[in-house]
Amino acid sequence: MDHSVHKITVYRIVSIALLIVLALLMLFPLYWIITGSVKGAKEINARVPSFFPVSPTTANYAKLFSKPAWTWLLNTVFICGMTMLLACLCGAMGGYALAKKQFAGRGLIFTMFVCAMALPKQVIMIPLLKEMAWLNLHNTLWAVIFPTVGWPFGVFLMKQFSENIPNEMLEAARIDGAGEARTFIDIVFPMIKPGVGALAIFTFITAWNDYFLQLIMLNAQRKLTISLGIAKMQGEASTDFGLIMAGATLASVPIIAVFLAFQKYFTRGITMGAVKG
Amino acid sequence: MQTTASINRSLRATRRRESISGYLFMAPALVFFLGFVVFPMFMCLFNSAFRYTLSEFTFVGLDNYVRLFQDVKFGKSLVNTLMIVLVSVPFTCLFSLWVASAIYQMRQLYTSFFRCVFYLPVVTGSVAVTVVWKWMFNPYYGLLNYVFTALGLISKNLNWLGSADTALGCIITILLTTSVGQPIVLYVAALSNVDHSLVEAAQVDGATSLQTFWRIKWPQVMPTTLYILIITTINSFQCFALIDLLTSGGPQDSTLTIMYYIYHNAVKLNNFGYGCAMGIILAAIIALFSAAQFRLAKSGS
Amino acid sequence: MKKLIALFLCLMLVLPVAAALADDMTTEITLWTFPVGGFGDDEQVQTLIADFNAVYPNIKVNVEYLDYTNGDVQVTTAMEAKTTPDIIFEGPERLVAVYAAANALVPLDDLWTDEAMADISAGVAAACKDAAGVYYEYPLCSTAHCMVIDKAAFEKADALQYIDMEKHTWTTEGFEMALRALVEAGYNPTGLIFCSGQGGDQGTRALVNNLYSGKFTSPDFSKYTMDSEENIKALTMLQKWAEEGLIAFDPSINGGEELALFVNGTSKMAFCWNAAIEGLNRDKLADGVELFPMTFPTDKGDPELCGGIWGFGIFDNGDAAKIEAAKTFIRFVCDDPVQVRKSVYMSGYFSVRSSVTGLYAGTEKEYLDTYAPFVQYLGDYYQVAPNWNTQRYEWWNLLQRVGAGGNVADEVALYIQNVNQ
Repeated sequence: MDHSVHKITVYRIVSIALLIVLALLMLFPLYWIITGSVKGAKEINARVPSFFPVSPTTANYAKLFSKPAWTWLLNTVFICGMTMLLACLCGAMGGYALAKKQFAGRGLIFTMFVCAMALPKQVIMIPLLKEMAWLNLHNTLWAVIFPTVGWPFGVFLMKQFSENIPNEMLEAARIDGAGEARTFIDIVFPMIKPGVGALAIFTFITAWNDYFLQLIMLNAQRKLTISLGIAKMQGEASTDFGLIMAGATLASVPIIAVFLAFQKYFTRGITMGAVKG
Repeated sequence: MQTTASINRSLRATRRRESISGYLFMAPALVFFLGFVVFPMFMCLFNSAFRYTLSEFTFVGLDNYVRLFQDVKFGKSLVNTLMIVLVSVPFTCLFSLWVASAIYQMRQLYTSFFRCVFYLPVVTGSVAVTVVWKWMFNPYYGLLNYVFTALGLISKNLNWLGSADTALGCIITILLTTSVGQPIVLYVAALSNVDHSLVEAAQVDGATSLQTFWRIKWPQVMPTTLYILIITTINSFQCFALIDLLTSGGPQDSTLTIMYYIYHNAVKLNNFGYGCAMGIILAAIIALFSAAQFRLAKSGS
Repeated sequence: MKKLIALFLCLMLVLPVAAALADDMTTEITLWTFPVGGFGDDEQVQTLIADFNAVYPNIKVNVEYLDYTNGDVQVTTAMEAKTTPDIIFEGPERLVAVYAAANALVPLDDLWTDEAMADISAGVAAACKDAAGVYYEYPLCSTAHCMVIDKAAFEKADALQYIDMEKHTWTTEGFEMALRALVEAGYNPTGLIFCSGQGGDQGTRALVNNLYSGKFTSPDFSKYTMDSEENIKALTMLQKWAEEGLIAFDPSINGGEELALFVNGTSKMAFCWNAAIEGLNRDKLADGVELFPMTFPTDKGDPELCGGIWGFGIFDNGDAAKIEAAKTFIRFVCDDPVQVRKSVYMSGYFSVRSSVTGLYAGTEKEYLDTYAPFVQYLGDYYQVAPNWNTQRYEWWNLLQRVGAGGNVADEVALYIQNVNQ
């Protein structure tokens, strides 16, 4: 007995020590981004890196904001917000229909959704480009938003949530004479609200981390997102890491702040998505 | 007689109403799905039968597919893609299971702290994470060479992203840091939900903690594991930004994935038809993967 | 909910129409520029446009800036999506060899007046037209791409003795000695053969071709000739030097990064260099670095430099008014006797017109004068050879494989097989 307790403690200490080291390693890139953004060119290019900025400077930020960086950030927020909104709308309605409505082709649609879920966007990039050209949407933010909304994950997730709605409730609503829209808004939506929250967080993060669609769809300086803006700065001045880190700070700090503020919801959203999905 | 007919009629009416409302509710999702996923997919299939470049559009039948199977680079990109998936998926699962089991019984505050820290790279954004790693990997004044030299691990500066031996490893490492966040959150939740009375019963029976883990906890978190397997696979198939910003598929195609090769053919070499053929093959491979995983998920639950 | 959707759809339909109604009076054209000297700088370009609008107030010019890393992606996706700009500013290796080859550009024969023909050298003119003799580029400026060394470091390493300071030339042997001297003096890295891709390939091509006087293409630019004895010998030599630690192949950096590493004092020479690059980097030089432009080392002492020609092309967007406006803009920038001097000055290069001289004064003149003699070493403008995009990509792969120790003859054979289709 004594022996085993002893063993557990050693394992415990080792694992906690390891965890702390790993946590520091995970935090480090973020630390390096933020400190890098206030380092001058000399410090950035020094062979012996300085772990704390020796002579902090705002020069990198001055250079960053001489570009339309705020517009980029705004574009990113618009893309993420709009994608979130549309995906939730489509997901909630579509998921409900798949779970509770009988109509021809339901099985086929569901199978297609499942098949398309893991499809990388590179597969369809060439036709998608052409299509956006036909629709006159290339080089607009919608060209990034629509294909992301089209991804079937949302419907799939919301179907699982809608299945938990008791049929009796829907039946009761019908007997009371509520129309379809009324039933959806008053009965269905409140019941799947937690799911919608989970989906909202999911889509927002997906859209925030997207780079590929933005890269092929947007090209005007004022239409860029913050991710593309950073990538472009790297293309123009690839060794000016101070400037690039300033861009990375602008791209990451706001969303990290949001994440820390709503951490509970994030965790709940992610977990809920998995339990149902 | 008359009542049966009217019941039948009203039943049919109800059904029709059901159908129509079903389609109406389905409509927004279907419009986007058909318009921006299914339609391009069909166009992709169509295009793949043409020699399609900036200046040409001629029917060539299956030529693109024949060419694909003779293309050494395509083979290489296939191997690299599988490599990324086969290394990162199991590792992500095991690592996050370990982290989760180490932190889930801690005090609430500590659990939150660790969960949060490991999730940070996900919210930092893929491009921001990639550029800082690029700087750290820099062979001349990057942090890694400095630290590793100082620790005596390497004798001279390594060109991490410039060597075919290390580049893919670097990409996978970064991918791992950005993909363990979500699984950890999920495992912490799943482990907390494990039926505690079973665990206690096992401990009374004298099971070691390792035995308790494999016999009691592991089967109970199985559904979570399957879900994590699926999302991690999708994730590793989509590590595009990393490759584009760090290595562009090089050196010597050592980090070329199919996804990047499609992109490369489309926008750099302007072989659109060929790129589409590649996309079709990739879609087929992924469909197989998904089918296998779904079968696994079914037999698991 | 339905109302919301309807409203949303209506808005999406109405917005573009409203936008279209707003600008019926003026012609609006879009210009995309690659970063050629000051053409990558918004402030200078806006000045140029303001000058243009002072004369032509009815043509509104929008600008977008491309870079050499993502520029090709942006142009190709735009060509596929039919959202190309009206005017593009780059060299024949993209304008003629890629865009015009895809039938995306408008012929510019009417811009090439007799007066222009007489003033612009035949070599430049030849590069601006396709095989059928149709002009697709109207050139503004040109330069000779060269390399550069850190004179201070060479002096300290006692390596200046291997250089003809007067003529800016050196021999292959002298180059090797200089590398040895640098390494012995503790300089590492000396030079970096960048091979991650993208732009700047002219520097690495010229380095390889010059070492033993090899040619990159056949005289009629129809085939690539890297498999010649001279070229194989040159690559073998570079590989040997790399194995001895005299020079390094670096597949993690591109041309832009290579010259930045030189400018910040990390390496002691750069193969991706020219007059305008010097202009853009003079302020960024690390302490103690002394620029000294050089031709590439050769066995026979007669270097051959790659030329750079930059000018305008017009994408065919099917709108005659826009095409006409674009031509007006190009005429103004390149032909207006006052403006052309400003335009060329902005690029930091030299005018393609022999009548436009003496642009630079003072210290600028001083440093640009050192580049003037390089023009005599200009070789053929072979960058319009077929399959150029594929070739460029395969070239980087070839360098990567050779740098990683591959058998030179085999690797070159593979490269030739992939590009000569």
